[in-house]
Amino acid sequence: MLSIIVRRLAISIVLILVVTFLTYLLQSFLPGDAARAMLGLTGSPDQYQAMRKALHLDEPLIVQYWLYLAGLLRFDLGNSIFTQEPVAHSLAVRSQVSASLVVGTTLVATLLGVGLGMLSVLRGGIIAKILDVFALIAWATPGFWLALLLTTAFSVAIPIFPAIGYIDFEKDLGGWAKSLVLPVAAMSVGGIAAIARITRESMSRELEKEYIRTLRASGVGTGSLVWKHALKNAGLTIITVIGLVFIGSMLGTIFIEQVFALPGLGSLLIDATRLHDIPVIQGVALAFTLTVVVVNLLVDLSYTWLNPKVRTS
Amino acid sequence: MSTIETTTEIVREERPRTQHFMGRLLRKPVALVAIGYLVLIIVLCLGAPIVSKYDPLVQDLYTIQSLPTGDHWLGTDALGRDVVSRLLYGGLVSLYGVGLALVVFAVVGISIGLLAGYTGGLVDRIISTTIEIVLSIPHLVIILAVLAIFGTGMTAPMITLGILACGGLARIVRANTVAAREELYVGAAKVSGLGSGRIIFRHILPNLTGPIIVQLSLFAGNALATQAGLAFLSLGVQPPDPSWGGMVGEASQVILQFPWLLVPSGGIIALTMIAFGLLGDAAREASFETHQRSAGIAVRHKIAPAGDGSAASSSGEDILSVDGLNISFQEAKEIKEIVKDISFAIRPGEIVGLVGESGSGKTVTGLALLDLLPANALVTAKASWFKNVNLQNPAEIKKIRGKGIAMIWQEPMVSLDPVFTVGSQLGEVIKLHNRQLSKAQVRQRAVELLKSVKIKEPEKVLKQFPHQLSGGMAQRVVIAQALAGDPELLIADEPTTALDVTVQADILDLLRDIRRERNMAILLITHDFGVVADLCDSVLVMRYGQIVERGEVVKLFTMPQHDYTRSLLAATPSLVKGTL
Repeated sequence: MLSIIVRRLAISIVLILVVTFLTYLLQSFLPGDAARAMLGLTGSPDQYQAMRKALHLDEPLIVQYWLYLAGLLRFDLGNSIFTQEPVAHSLAVRSQVSASLVVGTTLVATLLGVGLGMLSVLRGGIIAKILDVFALIAWATPGFWLALLLTTAFSVAIPIFPAIGYIDFEKDLGGWAKSLVLPVAAMSVGGIAAIARITRESMSRELEKEYIRTLRASGVGTGSLVWKHALKNAGLTIITVIGLVFIGSMLGTIFIEQVFALPGLGSLLIDATRLHDIPVIQGVALAFTLTVVVVNLLVDLSYTWLNPKVRTS
Repeated sequence: MSTIETTTEIVREERPRTQHFMGRLLRKPVALVAIGYLVLIIVLCLGAPIVSKYDPLVQDLYTIQSLPTGDHWLGTDALGRDVVSRLLYGGLVSLYGVGLALVVFAVVGISIGLLAGYTGGLVDRIISTTIEIVLSIPHLVIILAVLAIFGTGMTAPMITLGILACGGLARIVRANTVAAREELYVGAAKVSGLGSGRIIFRHILPNLTGPIIVQLSLFAGNALATQAGLAFLSLGVQPPDPSWGGMVGEASQVILQFPWLLVPSGGIIALTMIAFGLLGDAAREASFETHQRSAGIAVRHKIAPAGDGSAASSSGEDILSVDGLNISFQEAKEIKEIVKDISFAIRPGEIVGLVGESGSGKTVTGLALLDLLPANALVTAKASWFKNVNLQNPAEIKKIRGKGIAMIWQEPMVSLDPVFTVGSQLGEVIKLHNRQLSKAQVRQRAVELLKSVKIKEPEKVLKQFPHQLSGGMAQRVVIAQALAGDPELLIADEPTTALDVTVQADILDLLRDIRRERNMAILLITHDFGVVADLCDSVLVMRYGQIVERGEVVKLFTMPQHDYTRSLLAATPSLVKGTL
């Protein structure tokens, strides 16, 4: 048990180092440098040299990277080249939108996905076939396109939900919820299909196992076999996929926030990509990677809760 | 010793025979349609200058936002450009990106997987850990960083995608290579002095075709989604150059005035994705011979009376009486008869051995009595009674499971739910049969039951999980669980086969004690005449689904009538010396 957590933490640290180093390494390929970009064309050679020194651009790359890492420990992620705003601050401001989207999507996908999967296990036949077709179409439909179709239907043709924009939940809870409905709907379809499918597959696999037969032979009823025994055993697989859906929807915000003009981390990243604003890209990459690390850790911890073999070994 | 042929197994596992993989794949209509569509799209896009009479960039401001017409089959966009022409030219960009990512994904993934699987050891461990880390990287973020650095063009981001994602393919290739390396034919090839290269290309890779095609199809879909997403954000492809994702972006600009544009642009992405998905599904089906086994929860076939069904309950003396039981399985389109017209009876407290080779139908017979067969089983009987309970009525059987008849199996370790403690699952069964018991009383009863199956530290075992028990202990727990409802008949299917020899004798002793203490009848299913000699009062010998001989143990052992019985007896070494 402990060894799994230790291994996960070790891998997480390497993962963070790899991602930060990759994004750091990439900027050395950029023509010109941050000092030039910040000064614009008007800076004098002296100003340029001073700026380079201030940004440690005169040091070797590995030293710069080291200084960057040291900064991370003080929550100093550098400043945006264009707005000069501290990256850490932008991330904090923008993360509420993305968190609302991702958590909402994961919740919806989990509830509907597990529900649909269980329905298909219990009813079988036609529902299982419909689920297969739905899963294929959901996988094949790009989220940003689905988002546009939903907008056309539910904010243009039948204006129920806002087409664009985000409302702070502290200001207007109802408005906040309304502004999330379409983006969450567009993002969760794929997750619903994935979770429903894995629920059905893992449940069917568990229900064929011998412990189920033994319990049934002892008189245990279908309700307990399905909802207690098989579901807890299948839970391991299902939770893994829920973790993947969480991470997938986090990356999905990159496209969806553009469609709905939501000021989250995804649109921050796209703007930074268009502007070649490397410090911001590094910051978002770090935020996303940390989220991946935390999600993986939570999935691991849930294993230990669900699976006594892991817990007691 | 005569050879004993075995009849058809209930569940047939077929080894994937990948030599014929492509043949099987191309026989699937779904695969043909998917491949046909993809080839058509590729040909049309490559031939765009010939196929389309319109230039994708030329604007015709007199016919803007036109719905499909004879001239413009899919209409025109906001600048009057022909949608079909833009789809075809734009398809080239998308297909180039997908193709590039696919090549990188395949070459790097297969090479790394083969290297790790074929070399093994430290190299394997380093590669596997690296793959784990790379697959955790949020790919899209790195791809955007690459785009920020290298600016326009799909080349750099799609190569990056191929590299970052190929770990998934490498893992599958590695696993299959490790498995193939342990196969006999690769060992034989090595012994006969073939070089690594020949072994890999002649013996390992051909067997991997199926799983690789599955991964390639699904990755192609994901690559298309990524490529289209980037183009939608005008990254990688600059307007006015057409691309499928970019056309969705253009459509979104005029969504209020002309929503039609969303349909062809996103539609072709979704259709192409569906083709990739269908191809992947078909390839998965073709690479594994899947057999349809149902969960056995959803549909149940009724046990239909084959005779008049009006026979009275079991005659006074017998606790169980079965008359003319037939069991068959529906497999694909044929029906396989497993048990043919068998009849037998069991008296209270009697231990009856049901003996036969594997595949003779003895296990299936036990399962049929408690209605535990999978849904594709067809069970009929002239009459089948447990005391006054009609075993041809599933609803009746439900009421006696665990209470009238209980059942235990060969593998005790998998007969217990791995994620609940012994106390939890035993308690659930106790509570089920004695609803009025309080929590403390349930616990008390659990301790008593564990004591009755000779478990030394019942309090401790209650808190343990199945994987913490030895095989013998687990079988005792399973027996305790079976006893929780005070059954009058226990069906024990090879209860000692999977256990150590020393433990086997203990479990048989336990069964004997339980019979004595509770006057419980036992139907002991086994292939081992030694066990029969040890425990049973009478025997049924089963072969090819029929009972070929029956009788009292001593009589049958001393004067076997049927050749098959004789050969079984001769094949039991412990009996040759004359234990009787």
